[in-house]
Amino acid sequence: MKRFWLFMPLVVAIIVGVVLFAGIGKDPTKLDSALIGKPVPAFSLKDLKNPGSTLDESLFRGEITLLNVWGTWCPSCRDEHEALMWLAREKKVAIIGLNYKDNRDDALVWLDRLGDPYRTVIYDPKGMLGFDLGVYGAPETFVIDASGVVRYRHVGVVNGDVWEQVLLPVINEARGNG
Amino acid sequence: MLRMMCFVMAVMASGISAADVAAVYDFDTRSEEQRYQNLIAELRCPKCQNQNIADSNSPISKDMRNVVYQMMLGGASNDEIVESLVGRFGEFVKYKPDLDSRTFMLWATPVIAVLGGLLVVAGVVVRSRRAGTVAPALSTDEQARIDKMLAERNQNGNG
Repeated sequence: MKRFWLFMPLVVAIIVGVVLFAGIGKDPTKLDSALIGKPVPAFSLKDLKNPGSTLDESLFRGEITLLNVWGTWCPSCRDEHEALMWLAREKKVAIIGLNYKDNRDDALVWLDRLGDPYRTVIYDPKGMLGFDLGVYGAPETFVIDASGVVRYRHVGVVNGDVWEQVLLPVINEARGNG
Repeated sequence: MLRMMCFVMAVMASGISAADVAAVYDFDTRSEEQRYQNLIAELRCPKCQNQNIADSNSPISKDMRNVVYQMMLGGASNDEIVESLVGRFGEFVKYKPDLDSRTFMLWATPVIAVLGGLLVVAGVVVRSRRAGTVAPALSTDEQARIDKMLAERNQNGNG
């Protein structure tokens, strides 16, 4: 019995070690979206490129899309722009933009200068749809399936690796199920 | 010199107040304002992770404070307000998560730690009590056997 108690500190250290080890490598700044498995929230916002027309959540029906949240004020969005261009051009990915807390003139200049990877851009200057989506820092990229349900949310820059290892598997799964 | 220091401190203080321009919300009653303060102190900023939305100056915290205020004006209860934010940003925004299977260990660990500590203390106390009452080294039976053995040894030695 006494022997057993001698080993208690070791047992406690091992338990604490296992618990802490499980946390290593997890990035606490990347949160799972609360909307996974739920439809894109209802919205009614103007189209950035065609100010006359109004967009709503039916935009996401019929096809798997990436919803990319960006703004000209966001330096990381500049970093990922090349990758989005590449996805749209080479991989034929349907990307819908959400221009978040930005102004139309700046956003149009940006697309003009850097290229436009977006099929459609939702113009959300007050960040209303962004808030409903739980956006807490651009850039964020959502995978939305053909029935308009959020499958995944990636926080941070999209690049070739993120596409291969994170987004593509989710898209393939969404294809399989629907 | 003193005047100089006063001046510097005044400049610094004005800098602090100028940097922290937050939206000012009006409340009809003191208790409503208190409710608002409690709510924003309990909600966590998703962007700046170790601050509540009362302390954080990030744009998302401002938006969240604004929603809390607007929902309060709309007559929403505390639970409704918190649930609506959790529905958007996830359980993460609550500093006091619900008790369920995922958070069970989170809530139970302090209790387990305290109980464990009490067990250790109790063990130490019991043991020291026991050590206090000095047990006789040998029972009467054993003493009798020893006496007998010694007596036999003496007899053998002498004989």
